[in-house]
Amino acid sequence: MDLFKSGIFHGGVHPAGNKRWTEQKPVETLPVPSQVIIPVQQHIGAPSKPLVEKGAVVRIGDPISEAGGFVSVPAHASISGTVSAVEERPHPLGLPILSVVIDGDGQETWNPEIGFQADYLSLDRAEMLKRIQDAGLAGMGGATFPTHVKLSPPAGKKIDAVILNGAECEPYLTADHRLMLEKPEEILLGLQVMVKILGAERAAIGIERNKPDAIKRLKKVVAEMNLPFQVIALHVKYPQGAEKQLIRAMTGRAVPTGGLPMDVGCVVQNVGTAAAVYDAVAFRRPVIDRVVTVTGKGIKEPKNVLARIGTPYAFVIEQCGGLAEAAGKLIMGGPMMGLAQSSLDIPVIKGTSGILVLDARESRKHEEQVCISCAHCVDACPMGLMPKMIAAFIKKGRMADAQAYHALDCIECGSCAYVCPAHINLVHWIRYGKSELIRARKKAS
Amino acid sequence: MEHTFYVSSSPHIQDRESISRIMFSVTASLLPAAGYAVYLFGWRALWIMLLSIAACVITEAVAQKMMKKPVTVSDGSAILTGLLLAFNVSAQVPLYLPVVGGIFAIAVGKQVFGGLGFNPMNPALLGRAFLLASWPTHMTVFSDAPPRGGTVSGIDVISSATPLNVFKQSKEVLANAANYPVEKVNQAHEAIGQLYDSVDKLFMGQIGGCIGETSALLLLIGAVYLLYKRYIGWEIPGSYIGTVALLCWIFGGSEGLFSGNILFHVFAGGLMLGAFYMATDMVTSPLTRKGRLIFGIGCGLITVLIRLIGGYPEGVSYSILLMNLLVPVIDRSTRPKVFGGGKKS
Repeated sequence: MDLFKSGIFHGGVHPAGNKRWTEQKPVETLPVPSQVIIPVQQHIGAPSKPLVEKGAVVRIGDPISEAGGFVSVPAHASISGTVSAVEERPHPLGLPILSVVIDGDGQETWNPEIGFQADYLSLDRAEMLKRIQDAGLAGMGGATFPTHVKLSPPAGKKIDAVILNGAECEPYLTADHRLMLEKPEEILLGLQVMVKILGAERAAIGIERNKPDAIKRLKKVVAEMNLPFQVIALHVKYPQGAEKQLIRAMTGRAVPTGGLPMDVGCVVQNVGTAAAVYDAVAFRRPVIDRVVTVTGKGIKEPKNVLARIGTPYAFVIEQCGGLAEAAGKLIMGGPMMGLAQSSLDIPVIKGTSGILVLDARESRKHEEQVCISCAHCVDACPMGLMPKMIAAFIKKGRMADAQAYHALDCIECGSCAYVCPAHINLVHWIRYGKSELIRARKKAS
Repeated sequence: MEHTFYVSSSPHIQDRESISRIMFSVTASLLPAAGYAVYLFGWRALWIMLLSIAACVITEAVAQKMMKKPVTVSDGSAILTGLLLAFNVSAQVPLYLPVVGGIFAIAVGKQVFGGLGFNPMNPALLGRAFLLASWPTHMTVFSDAPPRGGTVSGIDVISSATPLNVFKQSKEVLANAANYPVEKVNQAHEAIGQLYDSVDKLFMGQIGGCIGETSALLLLIGAVYLLYKRYIGWEIPGSYIGTVALLCWIFGGSEGLFSGNILFHVFAGGLMLGAFYMATDMVTSPLTRKGRLIFGIGCGLITVLIRLIGGYPEGVSYSILLMNLLVPVIDRSTRPKVFGGGKKS
């Protein structure tokens, strides 16, 4: 029975948690914004295709786009009102992306099909998966891979372990932590649905030990609900929440190079995704909002908020007391893997686990110095790579050598650059090298 | 709410570590031994340290100016090289020696290769090797420098050389006892016995030697700090000292195999200084744990070869320099195990 354990993975770093600003603050539901901007692409895969035109009247939960293929999910209206534009808008991933802009009518009219269905567990597997895709679910931990795809392993891939990721190893972020404290039932019911879909035998929730209250709460609720799930207290080490490292720590299995968790019989989902799976299957409720941690020295009143998808950052930050004078860097996500943003006009999307604003002093980058071969990056790399060598090869354009040193295995967790005393932005170089290698490979095939 | 933001790629936070912090921390860890050297050998030891450091720093600055590169003496690496070089000479060397050694260490040992991070060999050791080759008498004779409250060799019979020197000479006599008069053989016996009895003095630092290598205790205190800060790992000093201890126990005795005195061989000479402070130099040591173990074992092997068979009484610095040259090969053949096997890529 006890497949799961609190094991260790190689490498990793221990950045300051900085979670104290928000970990004790209950999730606050934000007021409904007067306008939302909903990009057709908030997930990895094919963009969805818009279903509405300017002038269309939409209710909360109405689909505004349809999936553009199997590896794709639709988007939904998160407020009721009128579509005022379908056009390219700034997007947190960098380039502007086609977005549906909705002006709210202040009515909060919901799509009437959304509602509780008591016998949802008797639905068949295909219907459950369809509801999950139709609800627009994409990994809420930040990677935004379509959830139904992960829950549809090809025939022959037997899944025996479902892992819920409640590690939340990124510093500053507390969205998952709060969700586990405030909605443990939904998370566990969502896990139950996923275990049913996959026909898995075992499931566990992994939580880093720096969240003892969440561990306690989930253990209690698992016992109360009489569910056969384990709650595992994990070591506090970044990147504990990275898929491969989490599987390694909790099961001892190593996802093979170039492989997926399903190759070792595992599926990993974020706790927020699990709660959304429950909403999708039992209520047909699409993803129209999510918990976002708004934090950092650049935010006057750090909070955890429940924000509608499409809410502009400017609105969210205003509701958190506004930007501090010294605000220096705006980041979607956590400080280790998050994406720096240049504008407050971008919207909250399905993968926005946090809005982090660092102050000017924290934002300053040190100048790169020469490598002194301290090997701290080698010790820190959770993938067993030699970041120093790979980055040096890439700097010199020696792409074949970079590949021979397994540049493509890099998960871009940033541990190497975090520890580098010479302040060399190792991940930056490796990321660039990876994109060049992948481009060359595509050209060749 | 108009605001301009910094934009850069992740990660957006960094550990507080920096090159200069590492260099100054290592330098600081050597200060107890440096202070003790001044107590032991007098102000002359301080002068030698200051001259050596000054020579290194000025050479670095001048070389970088000449090459029109940014001057980076503030990173502390030249200061550390200077101090380590001074630690490797006797307190009685003429004062121009540390200056010449420092210039050579930085100019030829470091800047010629492109400066910090590119030097294949430990610059301080290279400086010492240069001095040893150029002024062998100054570099090996310690007779003028009896330390305060102690003797040069730790024994009274012969007082012109370091313990390892005495050991080598005595062992030579014992190995060919038939060729020596009986009293000479007895004297050698006695000398080795006295050496073994003086291990505690070696450890505490009451016996002569180079400026920085006298007190194993103070060097160990600094090393514990470096281990705690993770500026050095246990792998190199552990495998290095372990190899020397093992081989000297087996082959280093005067009464056949397995008769060697481990503590004497570990605490005599420059092994402590070399294993904890020189072989662990980041730039010139391997990147992986496995590589560092191999590196340490190699250093140990060569050290023992030189000490027991070679022409010099001590082999720490040459062993490290030789192993420095093998680092690229070691690095290439000890790549870490890639997560997931690394098959497809």
